[in-house]
Amino acid sequence: MIRLSLWILGALLLGGIVHLSTVLAMPQAATQDAYSRLAKLTPVNAVVPLTAPSAQDTTMPFMDPAFAVAVCRYDLSSGAIKLSAPLSQAYTSVTFYTRKSVAYYAINDRAAGRRAIELDLMTPEQHAQVPEEEDVTAADRLIIESPTTTGLIVLRALAPEPSLMAMARRALAGTQCRIEPVPQ
Amino acid sequence: MRLFLGSCFTLILAAAIGLGATWVTLTRGVAFGAMTIGAWTAWPKSGSVDIDPYARATIARTGELPIGTGDGVAFYARTDDAGNALDGRCTFVVSGMTPAARYWTLTLYDAQGRLVANTTDRHGFTSAEILREAAGRFAISVGPRARPGNWLPSGGIEQFVLVWRLYDTPIGVASLTTKEGPMPAVSRKSCS
Repeated sequence: MIRLSLWILGALLLGGIVHLSTVLAMPQAATQDAYSRLAKLTPVNAVVPLTAPSAQDTTMPFMDPAFAVAVCRYDLSSGAIKLSAPLSQAYTSVTFYTRKSVAYYAINDRAAGRRAIELDLMTPEQHAQVPEEEDVTAADRLIIESPTTTGLIVLRALAPEPSLMAMARRALAGTQCRIEPVPQ
Repeated sequence: MRLFLGSCFTLILAAAIGLGATWVTLTRGVAFGAMTIGAWTAWPKSGSVDIDPYARATIARTGELPIGTGDGVAFYARTDDAGNALDGRCTFVVSGMTPAARYWTLTLYDAQGRLVANTTDRHGFTSAEILREAAGRFAISVGPRARPGNWLPSGGIEQFVLVWRLYDTPIGVASLTTKEGPMPAVSRKSCS
């Protein structure tokens, strides 16, 4: 009896380790995460509008149907990204996700405070290479550091009423996401 | 022989316990730092780099992109205030006020996060299109059959999920109590 309970105790401890390691390994093992889904639909370093979610077809679960959505799937290995997104009339936001869908930065139109959201996305290494005086003169240039080399920039424009969806989509169509080769 | 059988038993039991616990936590959507107001629960940390390993594993499995903290907060309801499951064959009323936000949207999904087909092609409301009463209060009927006023069709599905998203809101990772965030009440009216 004592021997059996010892075996069970061992199984519980081992089971705990199995549980924690599978939870931690899940993001690495997932094949249906947002990035993998979008990799099939979008080219790299370009803005692509996503089709509106419907009952038959949804790119990702729990998408807000009141928003027009566009995605720039980025790869910073050949240089930094320059992003400029014109604002729609209602509400526009830009959210940055790592390769593993962690939202590491988000900004909305009011926080951007201008007529467009303009920023530079780079890896910490690329940021370190930006000449210091340039950093100062471009003080109003927002620089975001991406924790991973690849990831997603998701642009969302609200259509407060269904009839304004075309307006929101047009606003997003003016978004630019282009690579800027690092000056050697 | 006994040692061999014992280790086999332990290893199989350990695998069952470990994988079973992972399966249960990921399908139920367990995450730390939940903020619950009435029927509504939000995980503000899931929209930041402070996201916990369980929420990370859940979004990796489902493929959703959590709303960023600088963008807004999403509140999920799977039951009404009394704890009744949100059954698409019943009529529920969502009423009251919302916390301060520039815009909000309310959307109805099935349990997997897909929109629900209906004849009017309505899947939710935004703060701009809702019909309000005098003091800014509103009531939304969620049910299978058309109602006057704000009607959100539930398509008669077995279980639905309501998601309330607040955009550009002061509510965030900071602690929040029921007093600061008056979320709308959800109550069941009738079942067919």
